[in-house]
Amino acid sequence: MTEALAPKLILLAPEMILFVAAVLVAIMGLSKNHGVRASLPFVTCVALIASIVAVGLTWTPENAQAANLLLPMLGRFVKPLIAGIGVLLVLVSVGSVDRRMEEGVARGRFAFDPQRVVRGEFYAFFLLSLTGAMLICNAQDLIWLFLAIELVSLPTYIMVAIGGSGSRNQEAAVKYFFLGAMSTAVFLYGFALIYGSTGSLAFLEIRDAFATQSAGSGIDTIAIIGIVLVVLGFCFKITAVPMHFYAPDVYEGAPTHVSAFLAFVPKTAGFTALILILTCVGWTGHTLIDSDGVRIPYSGLPTSISAILWMIAVLTMTLGNIGALLQTSVKRMLAYSSVAHSGYLILGLIAGATAGIEAVYFYLLAYGVMTTASFAVLASIERRGEEINSFADLAGLRVRHPVMAWMLALSAASLVGLPPFIGFFGKIYLFIAAFEADQFGLVLFAVLNSAISGLYYLRLAIVPLVSAPSARSEEITSLPTRWPYIAAVICGVGTIVLPVVAGMLIDSAKKSASPAAPLSTAIELPTHSAPEPGEGSTVLGAR
Amino acid sequence: MNLIWVSILFPLVAAVVIAVGPSKSARWVAFFGTLVSLGALTIFAWNFPAWHNAQHFPSDVGPSWIKDAGTTLSVGFDTVSLLLALLTAFLMPLCILGSFSAITERTKEYYAWFLVLGSSIILAFAARDAILFYIGYEFTLVPMTLIIAIYGGSERRVAATKMFLYTFLGSMFMLAALLYLGWEHRLVSGAWDFDIDTLTKTAIRLPSAIQYWLFAALMVGFAVKIPLFPLHTWLPLAHDQAPTAGSVILASAMLKLGTYGNYRFALPMAPAGGAELMSLVAVLAIIAIIYASLICWVQTDAKKLIAYSSVAHLGLCMLGLFALNPVGAEGAVFYMVNHGLSTGALFLCIGMFYERYHTKDTDVLGGLAKRMPVWSSFMVLFTLSSIGLPGLNGFVGEFLCLGGTFISEHDGLTGYPGVLGPWYAVVAGLGLIFAAMYLLILLGKIVWGVYREPPHISSSTSHGGEATRLPRDLCLREIVILTPLAVACVWLGLQPKPMLDAIAPCAEKMLANYPKEIERHMSHTSAAPLASNDQEPVNELRSE
Repeated sequence: MTEALAPKLILLAPEMILFVAAVLVAIMGLSKNHGVRASLPFVTCVALIASIVAVGLTWTPENAQAANLLLPMLGRFVKPLIAGIGVLLVLVSVGSVDRRMEEGVARGRFAFDPQRVVRGEFYAFFLLSLTGAMLICNAQDLIWLFLAIELVSLPTYIMVAIGGSGSRNQEAAVKYFFLGAMSTAVFLYGFALIYGSTGSLAFLEIRDAFATQSAGSGIDTIAIIGIVLVVLGFCFKITAVPMHFYAPDVYEGAPTHVSAFLAFVPKTAGFTALILILTCVGWTGHTLIDSDGVRIPYSGLPTSISAILWMIAVLTMTLGNIGALLQTSVKRMLAYSSVAHSGYLILGLIAGATAGIEAVYFYLLAYGVMTTASFAVLASIERRGEEINSFADLAGLRVRHPVMAWMLALSAASLVGLPPFIGFFGKIYLFIAAFEADQFGLVLFAVLNSAISGLYYLRLAIVPLVSAPSARSEEITSLPTRWPYIAAVICGVGTIVLPVVAGMLIDSAKKSASPAAPLSTAIELPTHSAPEPGEGSTVLGAR
Repeated sequence: MNLIWVSILFPLVAAVVIAVGPSKSARWVAFFGTLVSLGALTIFAWNFPAWHNAQHFPSDVGPSWIKDAGTTLSVGFDTVSLLLALLTAFLMPLCILGSFSAITERTKEYYAWFLVLGSSIILAFAARDAILFYIGYEFTLVPMTLIIAIYGGSERRVAATKMFLYTFLGSMFMLAALLYLGWEHRLVSGAWDFDIDTLTKTAIRLPSAIQYWLFAALMVGFAVKIPLFPLHTWLPLAHDQAPTAGSVILASAMLKLGTYGNYRFALPMAPAGGAELMSLVAVLAIIAIIYASLICWVQTDAKKLIAYSSVAHLGLCMLGLFALNPVGAEGAVFYMVNHGLSTGALFLCIGMFYERYHTKDTDVLGGLAKRMPVWSSFMVLFTLSSIGLPGLNGFVGEFLCLGGTFISEHDGLTGYPGVLGPWYAVVAGLGLIFAAMYLLILLGKIVWGVYREPPHISSSTSHGGEATRLPRDLCLREIVILTPLAVACVWLGLQPKPMLDAIAPCAEKMLANYPKEIERHMSHTSAAPLASNDQEPVNELRSE
């Protein structure tokens, strides 16, 4: 154990940076100096960028192999992804936390009171949540995974409550907390069942146990129930049916910049966790092609589980899109759109192995950029000091805020999957992965759903660009700070620029997934000495 | 190759310049951008070495874009795509000129989007990679939706939404089909590749049952765009609401993406499906011809009338294409170009009197020959061209389409058997008679007869703000717009041979697999259900 400790600690360098920054930020938030308090978001940004650099320096193949991970190169792509989108999310949040308080102090209406400020806490929790999301990549057993997932979630409950000044924030936070706790209970029970069935908590051992079981009489019923519960529990994090119902209420009630956070970070964390759990089981329905060009179905994931994932995917995208159609609130619409995009992403989970994981992460990158763009636009404007909520507020946005209107249109075009925006390439990759897994039916569902989604995303583009300004929208003003505006521009431009380097991005996403080929990695891994049962039957996988 | 990219990218650069520049110069920058695009394409066409051999030029594969997905930046033209791209590039500057007086608000955005639209269409025609094609094909929706939604008539929102949703839904099926083909290629060769020629080679070896669905999926996408009955309902509304130049590009270039898609994708890729579904498509095309013609007959809105006549004309074009013999296919391609010219010109003409009288209603307007003799001459010329008067361009295409349909018989002596035949040609021919009727009625109402003008023009002079700025008859700018179109219409009517000769090899190449497939289809339908031994070719292929 001790010899493996050093590489593990090296791999945790980015998280350490974030953790130190979180403590620092929490203390700095109490400073009497206004400038110090105002610098908090930028300290957070610097920490995130430093963590990206740290990943680049430390996450080498040698270190990763030595750390005995299930998917050794996972963190190399996922951590910078989380931190990179994290930087944008910080920019969206600038100026929103403690806004009333700071304005009051600046005008001398009341004295600075360290007990009433929350900005330090907010960015500390922000960083801790991202730390949790990154830690998932390092997880090598169920306990670590559980702690990391909870580290993602617990700060978000508080962030929803303290991130803004609206009266609905607390309500949303409470709703989010109780439902989140319930989902935690569900997947924790699933973890327990998996442990009961395999007798181990470590992923590599669980994978071997599952391989032994499926080579014999198939995976235990108890383990299957466990996996199903885990999947359902994680559905909460990724806002998938049947655990999606909280999303519209919470996204609407939360401050806009926190909604942007919720749309990306827990989703990425949830998908990473699901990928780890499913990698333990392996994928089914995945076809391999032998040298004669004959398709060979590769069996790993039990049909019951893939069937459940299949149903979740179809229901999630359909209910998400239909729900989004009916909304008059932009934030609720974006919440349902987040649900629908999870449905597309599950395509990648079902496709599994390399192509699917690669597609999931590439799509998460695309989704992060485009959904942050729309939330950033919403966060950069306000009406009479209140957040933008309904489509009516956005009518004729172009007249007063042309750049924001165009950014909203860009993000809508990307979200709907129009070429040549980044969302289109994300979808192409998911569809390609699904084809490789022989999931033609799912592709058809996804295609139909994309068509449905055209209806409401079109509204997101047309209302600000075309509609005449109404009395309501005449009252829209920019936030005093320009940072959300800048974040929106960066994301909006990103939806056009990223496709140019799509090939490169996909290559790096692919690296994160490539060692996930079931069992074949274990053969290459020197640290894993136990002979693989069922090795002969999956030689093709290693081809 | 560089000239192709110039013609695609230069308008985009011009669009950026317009977006950041002052709005006064926007229209001239736009005009210049489209002229450069047209110039680059013309030079390319002048040196085009492959006019008569149905090959693509340049034929080499472009730089790789997304390696894992096998997407490359390959562009190149064969005769047909070059003609259609030239048509687009030719119409773009005319449309920009035509918008000078019509677009008075938000001009910067308008010209920028218009340039993007043109680039996107040329990209779709030039693409030799299916994903690249899809990008061009689908991206046209963004500028067109905005042009209609921002600059259109009173129902512009509905029209834009309807157009977007119809086309988007259809093209999602097309995308799924193209990805499926890429996957089939991946199965055979082990790597994803979206090169159109490669995909075609892969597709024609698929079992006929799969080809059937492939054809259906591609056809759904293209049929919306053409538009084929019963998916045409978005078109008249879009045309009616769009600004004049938008209508011109929509009718002349964007709709051609649908017919071009059939020529490039659906027909050559899935011959078994095409053979099986040819009669269905032909029947739908004939319904489109007759049904749209009847609507035209009772239409009092001049622009809607031309829009419906577009549906009828493209129905005839599809009929010619699905006769599945070289005569019909040549005629169809020729007709694509000429429909673009004459319908585009008609939309421009209608736009010109609309700018003066603010009405398109043929019941309140009439006898313009006395007030606008120059305009009337052009209008008559283009209408006759659209009717298909011998000596003008429309006639050649129509005649060949009908001729192709006529000889598309079981025992065709041409070597290209078909399932259509004289009866199809006769019924479709009725459409030509209808076309003559409704278009001549239109002429009779608005050009000849007693001069009538809408009450709001004669009663209040204050209303005609733009009418006062424009002279009573056409101004020089408008004559400059219409003259090249008129010359092209007459020239192609008198000298169709060079173009037809250039199209012929392409048509034969597209139909290369059809005689065999149709024979097989006919023997199957008479003897046994299909797909009994169809599995074999694929296995052969995979074991290679």
